Amino acid sequence: MGADPASQRIGWVPAPEQGGVAPHITSEFPGLGIAWVEVDAKPGGSPEPVRRRLRDLSDRTYGSQAIRLRERPIPWAYRVFFRQIGLDPDRTRTPVEQLALDRLHNGGFRSNGLPRDALDIAIVETGVALRAFDAEGIQGRLCIRDSAPGEALAGLPGEMAKGTLAIADEVRPLGLLFGATAEGLRVEKGTRRIAIAAIQVNGVPQIAVEEALWMAASTLEAA
Amino acid sequence: MTTLSGVPALLREEGFAGLGVAVDEREARLQLRRQIGRLEAELAGLFGEAFGHTEVPHRVGPLAAVPRVLDLGELEAVRDRLADRVAEARQALVERRRVEDENRELVERMLAAPQDYKWVQVSRQDLGLHGCGHWHSRPRLGPIGMLMGWWRVKISSGCPLAGRLAAVDQD
Repeated sequence: MGADPASQRIGWVPAPEQGGVAPHITSEFPGLGIAWVEVDAKPGGSPEPVRRRLRDLSDRTYGSQAIRLRERPIPWAYRVFFRQIGLDPDRTRTPVEQLALDRLHNGGFRSNGLPRDALDIAIVETGVALRAFDAEGIQGRLCIRDSAPGEALAGLPGEMAKGTLAIADEVRPLGLLFGATAEGLRVEKGTRRIAIAAIQVNGVPQIAVEEALWMAASTLEAA
Repeated sequence: MTTLSGVPALLREEGFAGLGVAVDEREARLQLRRQIGRLEAELAGLFGEAFGHTEVPHRVGPLAAVPRVLDLGELEAVRDRLADRVAEARQALVERRRVEDENRELVERMLAAPQDYKWVQVSRQDLGLHGCGHWHSRPRLGPIGMLMGWWRVKISSGCPLAGRLAAVDQD
């Protein structure tokens, strides 16, 4: 039953696609995965329903919840993964913790337009880490792999350090895992189709990943 | 002498090649990652428990500038640093509880004999309690009580009401 595509399980079309992970990376990090969905959408200001949803979310999020966030299973799973890949989650924040911190700092979730607001809503609601790319720049399927010798991230100076974990398509790296996005893959003014990618780590249930993608995609489609 | 920090070097496969012994380093890395997960959970719990009462050391510096697969020695370093932070955090909490217990006993003694603790003030925070308020040993009727030795412990009525704060803002 677990192998059924999401469209059959939850009747959601288009169903998210499951990307790959390099075998030697999978053997190091069981449970690591990437799934994505593509949506026809343009970046721009968020409509009032999205802004209202951010306000509602702000009203439901308290300081005490932000402090205790790291004890909840999904945020904890990302914190652990950050430690395991050499990052300090108190310096390079996990996506959901960064949003919780911004909420405390700014007194509410600020609107940053689409697709960012759609992703923020889904991240806060589910805890799952999401990324957005310009879908027209993606060639083939997404995957998580380590960098090859001499490989560089477009738009960033220098080569990537050996073994850097990156999100890639079948041709080139699109961005660091939990880091910068390559030039030409960022969602910018001319973007017409957006790919939303969810990074799954050990301890994050598949249903949460699908919910996050569905939430972000439906918010973008409705806008 | 074999130290703990020397273990990763001992576990490297090439070190055993001459002995014909194969070592599964990947399994050791997986074990270390599990330990990191458990320690992170423990540290998160201690951090949440201590927040607002006392500061606990919880920061573990990054080992890499970019995300990458850490080797055995690096994972061991993360695990050890986390274990140190957990131990320090636990110690900080024990110390804080000891201070809170002492303050609780002080309040009991103040209530029993306020004249022995003139002008002493203990807040709810000093006892590890949430909210505003404090116990304050002060004389009844001001200077008269002071001269007569009429001391009592006054318990403040809690946090200022929002309405009162708004009135202050208007002034």
